[in-house]
Amino acid sequence: MSWSQGSSGAAPSENALLQRPKGSGRARRRLRGQLTARIVILVLIFGYLMLPLFAMLEFSTRGDYGSRNLNSYAAIFSNANLVDGITTSLEIAALTVGGMLLLLVPTMVWTVVRVPRMRRVVEFLCLLPLAIPAIVIVVGIGPVYRWMGQHLGAAGGSPLTLTFIDIILVLPYSYRAIDSGIRSIDVSTLTDAARSLGASWPRTIFQVIVPNIRGGILSASVLAIALVLGEYTISSLLSFNTLQVVIYLLGKRDPFVSVAVAFAALVFAFILLYVISHFAPGAGQGTQRAPEEEPAR
Amino acid sequence: MIDSPVTPPVSSSSAAAGPASSGVGSRRFRGARNYLALIPFHAYLGLFLILPTLIVTVGAVTTAQGGFTLDNIRPMFTDEVFVDAFVKSIQLAVATAIAGAVFGGLLSWAVVRGDPNGLLRQLMVAASGVLAQFGGVMLAFAFLAAFGFNGLVTLFFKNTLHVNLLTDASWLYSLVGLAVVYTYFQIPLMLIVFLPSLDGLRQEWYDASASLGGGAWSFWRHVGGPILAPSFLGALLLLFTNAFSAYATAAALISQGSPIITLQIGAQLQSEVVLGQENVGKALALGMIVIVSLVMTAYALIQRRASRWVR
Repeated sequence: MSWSQGSSGAAPSENALLQRPKGSGRARRRLRGQLTARIVILVLIFGYLMLPLFAMLEFSTRGDYGSRNLNSYAAIFSNANLVDGITTSLEIAALTVGGMLLLLVPTMVWTVVRVPRMRRVVEFLCLLPLAIPAIVIVVGIGPVYRWMGQHLGAAGGSPLTLTFIDIILVLPYSYRAIDSGIRSIDVSTLTDAARSLGASWPRTIFQVIVPNIRGGILSASVLAIALVLGEYTISSLLSFNTLQVVIYLLGKRDPFVSVAVAFAALVFAFILLYVISHFAPGAGQGTQRAPEEEPAR
Repeated sequence: MIDSPVTPPVSSSSAAAGPASSGVGSRRFRGARNYLALIPFHAYLGLFLILPTLIVTVGAVTTAQGGFTLDNIRPMFTDEVFVDAFVKSIQLAVATAIAGAVFGGLLSWAVVRGDPNGLLRQLMVAASGVLAQFGGVMLAFAFLAAFGFNGLVTLFFKNTLHVNLLTDASWLYSLVGLAVVYTYFQIPLMLIVFLPSLDGLRQEWYDASASLGGGAWSFWRHVGGPILAPSFLGALLLLFTNAFSAYATAAALISQGSPIITLQIGAQLQSEVVLGQENVGKALALGMIVIVSLVMTAYALIQRRASRWVR
């Protein structure tokens, strides 16, 4: 380990001892070239990514005769449809997070501890929504929702029923986040310890395992919130007025306000994801601490 | 640990714990009871993921009355509108996957050569998460604000530079515009997918290559390239399915006609059903499933190979 640590600094100087003028000069030139290339790439591609966002900010703050104001942002909360859409989407997001955690955490912990051979199956099922486009799920789930709307009364026709599909949509992302949390601790030992001290299974999972994987749970939840707030395909085709559907409809009448909402929502999601990248181990870079049990794969 | 006299109390949840819950040998298969705890999970996925897929699959080959038929599938190969939509979807997905993979790959490299815990990387990862997975309708609006008829860039070219470039914003509402917007969310997705692979390139390999007299070119030609090739190819396939499956951005941007397959399916869902064609939408959806499954299977195979080096 120490060798590899030192080698990055040592190699060029060793090289320089052997063939002083040429080697060190080339290495330095290469480093400088690399830095230039990085800066050029970052400026160009990052610039391309930032341009439309900057344009949103510019567009949404336009006033009369080239002036700037925040009227479009102030109008967000006086628009009943928008407030409705935001509330609906936030409620769905909360329900989705709860449902997702309840479905995923006990199942994943149980799989690791008691039925490891099912781990591949659970993983496969959780990643399956990546292979089934959202629009295909809508086509297939239409009959199920029609049935719910007819037989379950008001509850069956509520936009909150979108939670059921949204849980499916967030599964791949949430699975990965929680999985990296579970991999970073020794679940079996913790469970054995808790069980041998007399803890029941629910207590073992919620009071022993969950606190130890809260980083993974946090990033799973935040990803789920972001995905639900951004979901359009399913709610629009099932005719539920969630945030994105309202933004889209509003865009036809008052593009300034709808761009303002969209920009605010993007910034909100960015802050969420940025915050979890500080708290969650392996939120975006899970491979760095992938532990010992890899051979099983 | 060895011959521990401490036997866990079975009373608390005897049903779930099973007969021999000494914990030490918990990795062994111990009866069907352990599988019972997985029933809620499987039931839920069965109801909301597998059942819809089955409804699509079965519906694609049945008539409205329930008899077997191939009439729903036939239009996919004969009706010019559907064939065209599939072809355009695939073209769009291929083009934006390649563009996204190349630019996103370069961006990942630029980010990964910096401090792994640095601000740049954290910002890029968070921003990529938002743009790749959160976008949809909002990204369409972002491009309208930039390149639409009253967009920032359009007005800048028209009023400040007085150049007749990009002033006709109708390109944004065409397939070209769709490709530009799609590439916009493919780049950050590439960053998310590809960054871990680039992390797998160890500093020692750079050093070994350099100490043997290798330059940047020979490093990428003989070391980095071959190691990253499977990951890159896998990412390319993932980007393909991402663009191929996308609906929201296209729906928000294109209001006339349904040039791509997801819009066609959306139109089928929303329009009045023509008698005898009730299940054509399901057939189109099945066509999508087939294409995406093929690509994802290839992805899984490649991923298995790529993970050799990544970990």
